[in-house]
Amino acid sequence: MKQMIALGFEGSANKIGVGVVTLDGTILSNPRHTYITPPGQGFLPRETAQHHLQHVLPLIKSALETAKITHDDIDCLCYTKGPGMGAPLQVAAVVVRILSQLWKKPIVAVNHCVAHIEMGRVVTGADDPVVLYVSGGNTQVIAYSEGRYRIFGETIDIAVGNCLDRFARVLTLSNDPSPGYNIEQLAKKGEQFIDLPYVVKGMDVSFSGILSYIEASAVEKLKNNECTPADLCYSLQETVFAMLVEITERAMAHCDKKDVLIVGGVGCNERLQEMMRIMCSERGGNLFATDDRYCIDNGAMIAYTGLLAYAHGMTTPLDETTFTQRFRTDEVLAIWRDKNAPSVNGVHQDGTCEQL
Amino acid sequence: METKKDAQDGSLILLKQGAEARVFESTFVGRKSIVKERFSKKYRHPTLDSKLTVKRLNAEARCMTKARRLGVQTPALYFVDSVLYTLTIEYVEGPAVKDVLLEFGLHGVVEEKMDDITSQIGNAIGKLHDGGLIHGDLTTSNMLIQSGTNKLVLIDFGLSFTSTLPEDKAVDLYVLERALLSMHSSCSNVMDKILAAYRKSSKQWSSTMNKLAQVRQRGRKRTMVG
Repeated sequence: MKQMIALGFEGSANKIGVGVVTLDGTILSNPRHTYITPPGQGFLPRETAQHHLQHVLPLIKSALETAKITHDDIDCLCYTKGPGMGAPLQVAAVVVRILSQLWKKPIVAVNHCVAHIEMGRVVTGADDPVVLYVSGGNTQVIAYSEGRYRIFGETIDIAVGNCLDRFARVLTLSNDPSPGYNIEQLAKKGEQFIDLPYVVKGMDVSFSGILSYIEASAVEKLKNNECTPADLCYSLQETVFAMLVEITERAMAHCDKKDVLIVGGVGCNERLQEMMRIMCSERGGNLFATDDRYCIDNGAMIAYTGLLAYAHGMTTPLDETTFTQRFRTDEVLAIWRDKNAPSVNGVHQDGTCEQL
Repeated sequence: METKKDAQDGSLILLKQGAEARVFESTFVGRKSIVKERFSKKYRHPTLDSKLTVKRLNAEARCMTKARRLGVQTPALYFVDSVLYTLTIEYVEGPAVKDVLLEFGLHGVVEEKMDDITSQIGNAIGKLHDGGLIHGDLTTSNMLIQSGTNKLVLIDFGLSFTSTLPEDKAVDLYVLERALLSMHSSCSNVMDKILAAYRKSSKQWSSTMNKLAQVRQRGRKRTMVG
């Protein structure tokens, strides 16, 4: 008996990652490389794609070496089809096409958001939680219902991570390891709470107005010595995270679920986790959160989600292995969540398969 | 309104803990009533928390009575306690539209009843919007069907505000559309029926609908980098 193994490629934003996992969720290797821009700047598609191209081959070698496998041991190749930035996505799509033909392995295309959810579920053991997916490009409250991950609430303009990143540029904080992390550290020194707009529309939120407001008032207030950069980071975090916890709680009340899982890059933020934990304990539920190894984009989450689909008979033919910038979470049929779904490709319930 | 003699005035029985308030059953001067208590959220910064709690308590009391003046059924407001942050309102007997639609999902749609509910919803939102009132949290949990009369009753005005901008009206409808999609995907075309009734009821439907198309477009853009 041999465990099924998948190799996954992630390159939808400024990180390129390659991961090797087995069907039970064991991560054999998961190296990644981040494109870091100078303070005050964001990452642009073309430069990011060039960065990914430079690093992808060494990452594949190191992933296979660390996992102590050769390409013969791999059952399927998985890659991020979308959503994300076009040029960086293309790198992973092209690499996976070439490897598929060189090594004669099937391909599985994966939705980035669903991959975050599945990785979070297998790492934390959360069974059927309400998922808060917060990153630089996405802000969604998701719950599983009738075969799909459905979006209950989301941002109606920019993502929360984008709001934080862009504010970090105003303060010219370092982008190493990430702007959000540096805001979090600075916020710990904040003392004074500054009143900011608070925008919740039903189960949806909006961040663009808050960003405009704080961008405009920050310069003024800092010049007049009314507050410190730390106070601004603190107030921004307190406000936007309270909005996120509130819409998550609304979704929990609406669909009668007790547990919460936080995934995505902003999900590493310990203040957000703390606030969510308080809310969950008031409702008698549990918070499931992961650390930066799994929260932040990585190859293993793509490999694991692709492997789940592959184990249920899904593969993507070569001529359909495209990429797309817009790919909504609820477009994916999550057949592996259906308890009655027949498993195919010679897989047993315990995640092992017949030796061919 | 029937009076209940056995329940002691002021006794509280917890019915439900919503996202931001506890809802109790009680009696108010002999009448069966609902007490809605907005409690402090420990995860929020105290300044932010008290600001939101007071703002929403006032918004709910004001907007609920304004909606009644506009001819939309809401529970009658009995009492506002700004110290304990509670509202005492009329008890409305009947299921939430959410439960009615979920029932349709399980046992098949009763077309006649569905048409009645959707036209009442569209009508009520049209009246609110023409009167410059935005509900702010239109979900099927916040709509009740009163037993006996089968009339639609709107509740939970905590996120309501006054505005005459097409943008705000369109977002209000968009929130409802999304709630229907995520919760009641098996009952298709509910939103179409509601919008058809809305067009008949609201005089300013055209600008709102144009804006709604724009808001939907904005929605799609959300799936971007991650």
